[in-house]
Amino acid sequence: MPDPFSSVQSVREGLQSVDYLADEGIAGVVYLARRLGKPVLVEGPAGTGKTQLAKSVAELSGARLIRLQCYEGLDESKALYEWNYKKQLLRIQADKSSDSWTQVHDDIFSEEFLLTRPLLEAISSEDPVVLLIDEVDRVEIETEALLLEVLSEYQVSIPELGTIRAKQVPMVFLTSNNTRELSEALKRRCLFLHVDYPDLEREKQIVLTKVPDISQSLADQVARIVRSIRQLDLKKAPSVSETLDWARTLVLLGIDEIDAKDAKETLHILLKYQTDIAKAAKELSAER
Amino acid sequence: MNVLDLMSGFIVELRNAGIPVSLTENLDAMTAVKEIPLEDREAFKYALAATLVKSHNHWRAFETIFEVYFSLRGPEYAIVGDGSDGRGDAPAPQPGRPGDGSGAGGGLDGLTPEEIAQMLMQALMNGDQAMMRALARQAVQRFAGMEPGRPVGGTYYLYRTLRNLDLDAMMDKLMQASRDGADEGLTPLEERLERDEFQGRIEEFKQEVEAEIRRRLVADRGPEAMAKTLRKPLPEDVEFMHASRDEMQNLKKALGPLTRKLAARLARKRRHGRRGPLDFRNTVRHSLSYGGVPADPKFKFPRPAKPELMVVADISGSVAAFARFTLMLVYAIQGQFSKVRSFVFIDGIDEVTDYFKSTEDVAEAIHRVNTEADVVWVDGHSDYGHAFEVFWERHGRDINAKTTVLLLGDARNNYHATQSWVVKEIRKRCRHVYWLNPEPRSYWNTGDSVVGEYGAHTDGVFECRNLRQLEAFVEKLA
Repeated sequence: MPDPFSSVQSVREGLQSVDYLADEGIAGVVYLARRLGKPVLVEGPAGTGKTQLAKSVAELSGARLIRLQCYEGLDESKALYEWNYKKQLLRIQADKSSDSWTQVHDDIFSEEFLLTRPLLEAISSEDPVVLLIDEVDRVEIETEALLLEVLSEYQVSIPELGTIRAKQVPMVFLTSNNTRELSEALKRRCLFLHVDYPDLEREKQIVLTKVPDISQSLADQVARIVRSIRQLDLKKAPSVSETLDWARTLVLLGIDEIDAKDAKETLHILLKYQTDIAKAAKELSAER
Repeated sequence: MNVLDLMSGFIVELRNAGIPVSLTENLDAMTAVKEIPLEDREAFKYALAATLVKSHNHWRAFETIFEVYFSLRGPEYAIVGDGSDGRGDAPAPQPGRPGDGSGAGGGLDGLTPEEIAQMLMQALMNGDQAMMRALARQAVQRFAGMEPGRPVGGTYYLYRTLRNLDLDAMMDKLMQASRDGADEGLTPLEERLERDEFQGRIEEFKQEVEAEIRRRLVADRGPEAMAKTLRKPLPEDVEFMHASRDEMQNLKKALGPLTRKLAARLARKRRHGRRGPLDFRNTVRHSLSYGGVPADPKFKFPRPAKPELMVVADISGSVAAFARFTLMLVYAIQGQFSKVRSFVFIDGIDEVTDYFKSTEDVAEAIHRVNTEADVVWVDGHSDYGHAFEVFWERHGRDINAKTTVLLLGDARNNYHATQSWVVKEIRKRCRHVYWLNPEPRSYWNTGDSVVGEYGAHTDGVFECRNLRQLEAFVEKLA
């Protein structure tokens, strides 16, 4: 199999072969990330396939996906590594008499007693991995600093053990829903990729790929209606995943061609706020 | 000009436009450029964007500057092409002289304007991008009347070109054609979809025209000069008072994520600042059991300040936009306040709190404020004095020690009586009074602006010319 990362075009085709339809920008940045060995910070509205991108790249390159889900209160022991205290304790108690102190000390701070967490695991892995740091905007700004060493040097420093360097440079994806401004330090270390709602043609292709048994004309109509709805001033515009849900529903209901009535009745799958639904229903049926 | 020179000029221009580009990012861009050939312009653009632009808000500014610096480099500049996507390998011809190539772009010179219009309509109808691009070039060459060295901006040429094409009529014709094309007419839904479709294409065509004009201007004047004339403030730096309609749209778009961020930040702040201030008495009392050493500090119960907010906003003419944005921002984070009441005035004043209560859609509420609020008393020119007086009469007694009063406006009072005693009285009764002024500080107290007179009685007058300043103020407030 030829290297799927040899050019922008081949990245794009490769991603397509694993059912991820990338546009020029996405493919370009993925290619570049691979070439420069830099992490990618993926930002954009919810439900536009940010996480899926990492998964698809992992699938494409045949790498294992290691995922770190971020949340408020995430700390070193959950993200990087932790000492296995119980085991250490057992080791000390096991033969109290024989060993000298330095020997025990050296012993209990060895890799055997280290519990690897996602970041360290990604770095120390022998086989190729893709590291996904999901929703990085959820951690506090101070916690971001944990990531910096891994992201720029691909290494983790453990005071008792020394520095663990990556055996191979993993591909790293960070996703952010943009609920807060990320720190400059983090941004600087990453390539930036903004994933927006897809354009008409791409959305239609996505619907066709992901929803089996859908007809060309229905997919086209779905994509066009969704685009029109996105142009309205809504609280929450429909995401790609909601488009897919909607398309699946329509297929299940056996609808071949959407008229205003069908659209109105199934709008709640696309939109999640009552005001939005009312507004869209009004707009779609209004005579102009 | 080689690529390195071009790149350094490009990066200087990015910085001039306000996009922060650090040295490492600069180096990254240089490395990235090595990986991607300049000829693949789209990929090249995304490579630069990925390394240099780290915020989506800056994308537009980046794109403009990129167009200016690199538009002449790609083969796309030529109107030659292999028909399908307009990307040939022929060298770029000189500006002002269209490509002599064959295929989609060729042979347009001999056509009459009517034929051009007909072809454009066909292209729009079928969404034929190559054709649209070729026609955009032809239209610019034909209608814009560009002369080298003539010191007019691109908008002038754009206007001239578009006037000749009459795209509004084109829109109607397109709709008519698609109505005729359908067997039994269009349902409202279909009509709506068709309209959106055509509007999108026409928009695309307009951008194509704009890009073409820009290309020709760059060729004429050089990228540095051109970039300078195109330099626009970033959305968060756009001044409320002078925003164009386009910029307003962008501002509105930028406001959504901004308020979300602000709310998240404030909520986080509140959750973390859970400790109250040091309870000195309690600490000393407990120190007795440690022999007088205050070893165990005691803290008061936290009392998070949840101020009541009263927003009193001038919504006349030029400051209306500012009032609107402030109201939107305040209502988006109203969870941070125990109560928000809002009043708007021009020369009369009206309470509009209910408009915001009855709907969760702030945009709609603002619309109702603009159409329904009874704010005109005599002539519809700002009269702060009268508005404040009435405010004091009707609502003065509602102000208490928990209330924070925000006064919004440029304090251009049309030489009416200021009645600044009202502000003084308000201040006596409430927690804080702040004045937000959307005018630059240097304009204050010039002409009929009396912000100084009011300002003397407030706890602070703040300049809020753009989103950045407004956000900073609101964060401080909550």
